[in-house]
Amino acid sequence: MQSSIKPPRFSLARRESLWAYAFIAPWTIGFVIFTLGPMLASLFFSFTEYDIVSPPKWIGLTNYINLVHDQLFWHSLGITFKYAVIALPLGLVVSYMIAVLLNQKIRGINIWRTVYFLPSVIAGVAVALLWARIFDPKFGILNPFLAQFGIKGPGWLSDPQWAVPALVIMSLWSVGGNIIIYLAGLQGVPTDLYDAAKVDGATAWQRFRHVTLPMTTPVIFYNLILGLIGTFQYFTEVYVLTNGSGNPARSTLFYNLYLYQNAFKYFHMGYASTMAWVLFIIVLGFTLLIFRSSDAWVYYEGQLRGR
Amino acid sequence: MRQTTRSPMRSTSFLHPLPGIRGETLILKTITTLVLAAGTAIIMIPFLYLLSTSVKDRDQLRQSPPPLIPIAATTVEINGQAEPLFQVTLDGQVREMALIKNRPEGKGVFVDPAFPDQTHELVIAEQTALKHLEIHWENYPEALKQMKFSKLLVNTLLVTFLGMAGMLFSCSLVAYGFSRFRAPWLNVLFILLLSTIMLPSQVRLLPTYVLFNKLGWVDTLLPLIVPQFFANAYDVFLLRQFFMTIPLELDDAAKIDGASPLQVLMFIILPQGRPALIAVAIFHFLYAWNDFYEPLIYLHSPEHWTLAVGLQTFNALYAVNTNYIMAASAVMILPPIILYFLAQRIFTQGIVFTGIKG
Repeated sequence: MQSSIKPPRFSLARRESLWAYAFIAPWTIGFVIFTLGPMLASLFFSFTEYDIVSPPKWIGLTNYINLVHDQLFWHSLGITFKYAVIALPLGLVVSYMIAVLLNQKIRGINIWRTVYFLPSVIAGVAVALLWARIFDPKFGILNPFLAQFGIKGPGWLSDPQWAVPALVIMSLWSVGGNIIIYLAGLQGVPTDLYDAAKVDGATAWQRFRHVTLPMTTPVIFYNLILGLIGTFQYFTEVYVLTNGSGNPARSTLFYNLYLYQNAFKYFHMGYASTMAWVLFIIVLGFTLLIFRSSDAWVYYEGQLRGR
Repeated sequence: MRQTTRSPMRSTSFLHPLPGIRGETLILKTITTLVLAAGTAIIMIPFLYLLSTSVKDRDQLRQSPPPLIPIAATTVEINGQAEPLFQVTLDGQVREMALIKNRPEGKGVFVDPAFPDQTHELVIAEQTALKHLEIHWENYPEALKQMKFSKLLVNTLLVTFLGMAGMLFSCSLVAYGFSRFRAPWLNVLFILLLSTIMLPSQVRLLPTYVLFNKLGWVDTLLPLIVPQFFANAYDVFLLRQFFMTIPLELDDAAKIDGASPLQVLMFIILPQGRPALIAVAIFHFLYAWNDFYEPLIYLHSPEHWTLAVGLQTFNALYAVNTNYIMAASAVMILPPIILYFLAQRIFTQGIVFTGIKG
């Protein structure tokens, strides 16, 4: 019966490998064309003067030296750090707390969830335009609201001191995406752990502190890493709100906006590539740092079994 | 003795050995509900403000502070002039009167529209200005006309749905390859794929722009669509995690019937993986619909713009027409919101996010 089938040209394992490579080919090809190739090219550009029209001219380390002496580079890096230091922890904590609330067994929980995720699906230009109006000192709604508590609101986006805090507030409104991921993590915590804790007489706070929090450290870790990368890519909102200028008084000239200006306003592709690589190194450094620290605070269930 | 007569209800309370826990739970639930309700107000008020601003006319836009409901001062015509109408208390009687003139010390001249010749001087602050709901729906067609909405919509839909097709096609193939086969280096390649999630896009953006420029694709929609046919880490990862949960027995049964790997993908994996495919399709829609950076750098002429770029430019040119800007913004956020409500369960139940853990 089997004799009518020709013996396969390749061994079974070999054939399986070939199928695998064939299926992942779209990504492998794309990786070379749109990731690896461009990465190497931008590394090369970073050592050149390049305006797209004429071919790149090798200038060695000049771009890197100029960068160190570029006040705006340090300024934009500083703003990005300032924003990261405020917005990232605040966003992580707020979204985590909301996710914990949305994980309670209370009436109408799906309606609450629907409301809280809503802002995250409409991120982008329209949201930035809306908040530009909300922050308007005269015709917006934020300052009249603050006035009810006797607080005189600042000029927000027109005040160099308050422009970045305004962006932080805006980012908090859109934390829905983080909440979704946290909620998935919270739902993955086995209920028998809670039951066991209750049997031992643990209070709600103790259950949160010793069950929920450690069990969800992997998702906190995930959101921290992606949040960090997202912060360094921060662009759309600030471009829309300032028309690409980074004003008032360059107080919102984020790193990515300055990079964009260099690349697509002045067409200093070489210099912008240098900025991109410096950013890459910075992000990589922070990411590795967080990964390093993760042994100390991220808990994986698998480790328990190994004990 | 008690133990032998324990009722089922008592036995469940065994889980709550401390007498306080029942009450504690109730208090926690109440606090949770209250906090969530307060947060809901913070989330919804900007939407309300967006809607109300979008239907105001120029005069209403000048109200400060802006009312959250689009209202306008009620006026009445006195001697050919529109004058604001007030509810006035005169000689212990409440009457509706028009304010026709301001006088010093916060006083004003009021008249009864029925008897325009009898004037009364009253303190304005003691009277109530009459307001009525005034909605200018015509802002919507006007805003859409001004920003050339239909052209922008066509471009956005092309980018969104052609990109979605490319993403679904390529990512299912790749996710299948990573979830169902063994091959040397496959794990290394998968880790490489995951690591690209953490790569700041700037580091590959400029040479990619140069490449598309060389191909003559700058100022066309192609740079926004074509790369989608080469898979991306997020969606591959999500699909792969989901495909891993599909029982291998299904594959084996098909293979015994002589199905090729491609047929297994077509007839087992894709139908079984439908929830995950729908989820990544929705996420792609939201991503492409809202994306701003790439359309901004690639699309230069207005006839190729997507909605995001068109809306930003519309605002840059006509920022004073806040009502039109808000009307256009409301239209732009409507499709994501509709889609969100249709596909709510995918978001609220987190079915497809479970793979993220660990």
